[in-house]
Order: sequence, then C-alpha cells, then structure tokens
Amino acid sequence: MKYYGWGLPFDASAHGAAIDRLIYVIHIFMAVLFLGWAIFLILSLVKFRARPGHKANYKLNHFKAPTYAEVGVALFEVLLLVGFSFPIVSQVRDQFPSTAEALEVRVVAEQFAWNFHYPGPDGVFGSSDIHLISPANPVGLNPEDPAGQDDVTTINQFRIPVGRPVIAHLSSKDVIHSFAIPVMRVKRDMIPGQVAPIWFEAKHTGNFEIACAQLCGLGHYRMRGFFTVQTQDEFEKWMNGEVQSKLGAAVPPASAPVPAA
Amino acid sequence: MKHDSHPLPFWRKYIFSTDHKVIGVQYAVTGLVFLLFGFALMMLMRWQLAYPGKPFPEWIAKMFSDQQMISGIMLPEFYNQLGAMHGTIMIFLGVVPLAVGGFGNYILPLQIGAPDMAFPKLNMMSYWSYFLGGVTMFASFFVPGGAAQSGWTSYPPLADIATVGQTVWLFGMVFLITSSLLGSVNFIVTTVQLRADGMSFFRLPFFVWAQFVTSFLLLLAFPPLEAAAVLQLMDRLAGTSFFLPSGLVVAGKVLERSGGGSPLLWQHLFWFLAHPEVYVLILPAMGIVAEVLACNTRKPIYGYKGMVYSVVFLGFMSFIVWAHHMFLTSMGTVMSSFFQITTMIISIPSVIILTALVLSLWGGSIRFNTPMLFAIAFLPMFGMGGLTGLPLGLAAADIHLHDTYYVIGHFHYVVAPGTIFALFAGIYHWFPKVTGRKMSEFLGKLHFWPSFILMNGIFFPMLLMGLAGVSRRLWDPTQYAHALPTQPLNVLMSFCAWGMALAQVPFILNFFGSIFFGKKVNENPWEATTLEWSAPSPPPHGNFENPPVVYREPYEYSVPGQKHDFWPQGMKEEN
Repeated sequence: MKYYGWGLPFDASAHGAAIDRLIYVIHIFMAVLFLGWAIFLILSLVKFRARPGHKANYKLNHFKAPTYAEVGVALFEVLLLVGFSFPIVSQVRDQFPSTAEALEVRVVAEQFAWNFHYPGPDGVFGSSDIHLISPANPVGLNPEDPAGQDDVTTINQFRIPVGRPVIAHLSSKDVIHSFAIPVMRVKRDMIPGQVAPIWFEAKHTGNFEIACAQLCGLGHYRMRGFFTVQTQDEFEKWMNGEVQSKLGAAVPPASAPVPAA
Repeated sequence: MKHDSHPLPFWRKYIFSTDHKVIGVQYAVTGLVFLLFGFALMMLMRWQLAYPGKPFPEWIAKMFSDQQMISGIMLPEFYNQLGAMHGTIMIFLGVVPLAVGGFGNYILPLQIGAPDMAFPKLNMMSYWSYFLGGVTMFASFFVPGGAAQSGWTSYPPLADIATVGQTVWLFGMVFLITSSLLGSVNFIVTTVQLRADGMSFFRLPFFVWAQFVTSFLLLLAFPPLEAAAVLQLMDRLAGTSFFLPSGLVVAGKVLERSGGGSPLLWQHLFWFLAHPEVYVLILPAMGIVAEVLACNTRKPIYGYKGMVYSVVFLGFMSFIVWAHHMFLTSMGTVMSSFFQITTMIISIPSVIILTALVLSLWGGSIRFNTPMLFAIAFLPMFGMGGLTGLPLGLAAADIHLHDTYYVIGHFHYVVAPGTIFALFAGIYHWFPKVTGRKMSEFLGKLHFWPSFILMNGIFFPMLLMGLAGVSRRLWDPTQYAHALPTQPLNVLMSFCAWGMALAQVPFILNFFGSIFFGKKVNENPWEATTLEWSAPSPPPHGNFENPPVVYREPYEYSVPGQKHDFWPQGMKEEN
C-alpha cells in the first residue's frame, strides 16, 4: 500500500476526512477566484493596451459586479468558518472520548526523540520525576510507585490499536517540538511546561511515521518516529509481552548502585 | 523656504547626511545589498535541499570553515543558521529598509511637497542605527558557534539555550527596532505637518497613505518585540527565566534555572509584532503599485477612497490577528474561533484593494514599460499569496498545513513575487527622478520575464510539498518517507533559484550602468501627475524651487477637455 505521494497523504484517521474535505473545498474556491481574476486581468491588458487612436477613459465606470463578488467571498468565508472549521476544531479539541473507553498515552518529546509512556493494564500512569531521568529511564519513572510497575515505555515506537480512541498527553522535556502524524491529520505543539491532551482514532492498520514539525535544533530533520496501527488483538499481544518482560525482569532495589550511563 | 546651497564636506553630504534623499538612497542601496546577501544564503540551502548530504562543488566548499561544512557537506547547524538568517535578513534588513527606509524616505516628502523630513537628524540616526544592526547581524556569522540558528522567530526555550550567535542576533534586533521606531515617528510627523498647501489628506497619493499606515504599524507593534528581545537577552545573559518553565531537562541534564516562565509569552509578543510586520512588508508595495498603475494606465485608479479606507482598516485589523500563527499551541476553541474570524475579516480589505487595482486597468490606455510589467505581475502574485493564506487561517485546515512548506510557499508569494516585484517596479519607475536618467527598457524586460517565470518555479512547488505534509526547516527532507515523492520538486526549485540569480544580472548591470550611461530625461519622463515629478531630477537640497501648491486629486490623467493626458497636482493652469 502506498501511503505517500502527490497531494494529501493517505488518511488513516476517523476525523481526517472532514479536514481533507475542507482543504479540497477551499482550494476549489481559491482556484475559481484566481482564474476569474486572471481572466479579467488578461482581458483588460489586451483590450486596453495603448495603441494609436486609443484613449484612456477618465470617467470612472462604477462596477457592480465586484461588490457582489466581495459579498460572495465574505459569505463563503462565513460558510467555511461555521460549516467546516468551527465544528472540526470543536470535535478534535473539545469532544474528548471517555477515559474508560480510550487508550491513554503520555508522549514526552526531547531533542531528538519521542518517548511513549503507556499506563499498562492498570490504566494508571506511574509518577515520574525529572531527577530520575536517565538513558535507561527516559521519562523519569519512579521505580517505587506501584502504579508504575506495569507501565511500558518505548522510544520512537508508537503503537495503537485500530478503531479505539487514543488520548495522548503531549509534553516536552527541553524545547518546543510539534507532534505530527501526517496520515492521522494530527499535529500539535509540545510546549515545555505544559501538558497538551489530544485525541484521535485510527480506522486503518499500517506502518506510518511521526514527524517533528517545529524547529527543535540541529537534529530536527531526523526526529522521525514510527507509528504502527495494529488490530486490537495484535496490540494486546504486544502490550502483554512488554508488560511480562518488564515485570519478569529483575527490578533492582532503589538502593542498589545504578550503573553509570 | 529658500535653502542655502552652501557646500558641505563630502562626508556630510553623502555619508552622514541629513537630506532625506541621500538617506533614502543609502537605505535603498544597503537594502538591495542585503537582499542579495539573503538570497545567497538561500541558494546555499537550496543545494542541500536538492542534494541532501552531497558535497558542494569544490569552489564553493572552500569558502567555508569546518564549523560550516565538513568535506564540502553542509552541517545541520549551519543549515539552521542560514535559515534563521535568511528570514531575518530578507525581512528586517532587506525588504523593510528598501520599501520604507528607501522609497518612503525618498518619495514621501517629495509627494507631499515637503522640503525634507520633519526631523532630518533623527532620520540620519535611524539609518545609522539600521546600519549598525546590519553589521551586527552580518558579524554574527563569525562568532563561536556561528549565527542565530533558532529560526527567524527565535522561539524559546531553543533560542534561550542556543549558542552565542543568538545573543548577537538579539542585539542586532534592538538596533533594527530602534531604527524603525525613529523612522516611523518621523514619517508620521512629516505626513501630518509638512504637506504642501492644498495637499489635503484625500489628495495624498495612495503611496503616502500606505507609508503613513505602515508607520503606525511599526510604531505600535515594534515596542512589544523590543521588550521581548530584552527579556530574552536577560534570560541568556542574566540567568532570568522569563521564557523558561520549571523542570527542563536538556540533553539528559536538569537545567539549573529557577523556571516559572512561559515559552508562549514569547510567541505572543513576537507575533504581536510579526503579524503587523507582514503588512509593513506589503502596504508600501501596494502603494508603489498604485502609483505605477495610475501613471501607466493613464487614468485615475479605481476607488481611491475605498482603497484609503481599506488600508486604514487593514492596519487596524493587523493588530488582532496575530495568534493565527499559534493555532497549534493548546489554544482554546473560543480563542481560536476569535482569531479565525479576525483573519477572515482582514482578507476583505485586502481583496478590496487588490480588486480596485485590477479594475484600475479597465478603461485605461496601458503602456507596457518595465515598471508597469512588474506592477502588473504583482497583482496575480500577491493574489496567490493572499489566497493561500485562507487555508492557513482556518484552524482546521491548519492542522495539516501548519509548519509545512505550504506556509513557506504562501508567505513567499506575498513577499517575493509580491512585494519584491513591486519594489522592482518602484526602482524602475523612480530611477529617473533619483538620477535624471532612465534605466534600459531592453535589460529591464530581460530582467522581468525570467524573474517572473522562475519565481513561480521556486514557490509554486512549495505549495504542493506542503499539501503532501512535508515539514519546513528540514536539513534533509529525505529522512521522511512522506517527503520522498515530492523530493524531485526540490531539485526543480533549486535550479529555478539559481536561475533566478542569473536573471538578476541584467538588473545589476542596468542599475549601475544607467547611473552613468542611461538616457538623460527631463523631470517628468513618464508624464505623471504627482508632485515628485514637478521637482528637478535629481531634486536639489530642499527639493522644490518654489514651495508647491496642490490644486487637485493625485491621479488626474486623461481629464476630458485638457490638451495633455496628465494634469499635475501642482499645476494651477490648464494643461
């Protein structure tokens, strides 16, 4: 399956069709307006070129058509706002699914990687602290918090199940990044000091990519992440495997010396 | 109001001059040099974008240090410096100084019939402050770590923790902002106080109106950025945390700062300037185009008063649209609705002005000289830039298009084939006034046609890349699968950009050659009506031999019953 080409990328999301429709509608509108202008412009240039015997007309014609066109443009803009943009923004920004139904993930960006933090089977995120951040513990999970024992973290690998809403809590450790998944029509700035929740739902399985859309330093260009949409079964199988391997691994007591990174 | 022509020493006459015409020329030439420099930075970036990670040709590579290129391959840090400085230089050191400092200084006092600006010394200080800012920005390439590399927007925390080049950038901005503030006060006072007898506000040429509104934008929008620049300087030099939140972990280490600041605060302060700044870039261009169109259609421009009301309304509205640059921050839906509405509203006066300019052609007798070609080309190109702003102004479509090449295509259509074409029109149009000689029409057309085609070859593909979702500011776009299909466009754009450089050769030859060898012309070679054309070419110190008096509207072309098809504003008798 080819996801990327000319024009808009493949749309794997539930809400993306509405955004795409708006983009198409507005571009048709723009093309009509531009062509109308261009035809009038060229016609004027030809018809009123300076030539022997031709004189400019001082008396200004009063054109009615531009006024109508102007009002038409204004009304169409109202339609774009009220009919398209406001409802879409309201849907993706305000109408969050219930946390019982949705999969929640924390996404913590850093120069130049994405950390994904799943709450595990208990559905509760373990607490974290910036002073615990290390290469082995990229989100700074507190090893003593019982809620965090079954938490799963990944780097640059974002897996979600198809057909289930996902709520992602976006944050950043260092500078502003922007979490963009072109096929999901998802993009949101990750501003340090803030946690920004977004939600979306995938309707197609597949392997896609995550891009950073905000200049975040010299590695901005390679801040690529992998985004995998799986069936519910595959996703649970993967998640269980991760949880088992984490719980099964010998968890060093907090007092034990941590090997230097 | 007779001006003594006592001889001044060379350095007082041409270097530290207080004459608005000399200062205008200083601004214009410095601005053109910086435009060329900013363009050169972009041509370097275009190699890396067309051939990511491939070494530059030997003769180019050897001009750069190990901090910039290693075995001819551009480093990402250097790419980011070029990006940030291209934007900064083109806007703050190229287009604005040329459009406002150059054309505004030279033409505005002449068009209102004034002997000079209201505050000549302030004017000189404004230019030299700009010059210092330019030197500072240029020098920043040579400090350790190189120039600023956090984008021309300098978003903290990235800019707060960047190398020392960012500090130099901020100092440079303080000089540039100071220069603009001094200049804008001067323009406002000059326009209000020094208009000739009979020059009522509705007899002002549209160019003067455009500069007048622009000055208010500069005066009111720049102070917040100046404050923000000082705050960012404090963050960088004094250890404050205006823009740094608590709990930052940079490169695995906890940043030892008190925190408690807000990165978003910078964005608000920055865009509160930078959106009006867009109109600072475009309004003078509209003014120039109106002058050139009226003169070369040989008829009054259509709907002059409507255009004046629109430009004033545009100036006002430009202060309440800034947050449409921030739709992807976690702005609430009410706020985003507000800024979407204001953004749609601001498109209305822009459409009115553009429509009026297009309608001005109807019924004219159109002369296709070089300034007119550039002015005509401005219309569809600015139209393109304006239209592509619509999807970005709708927060829903912006989710996909924000921070992609679509944005770059959009604002370049406004500023490059839009404003810069208008500036070229202005240069060809007023060159005879400044030098007493005309530029070559043949070289002018050799400049226009390739530039027109290549401009579109550079910027139209950006819109396509943006629709495909390609992020901006990528050192190597081929890292992303979704950027690969449109990557061949990068090669096309790069060749168009390099061709664009060649297309400027006729202009440069024409510009310098015509100073010495251009055809000598009288004071009004285009048979235009506005006041500057009744002064000698070049105008002497003090501009007019006798204080001009204005008898009529600015664009009295082809008035029935007159012998000639132009009736100058300052001519009492029939013509």
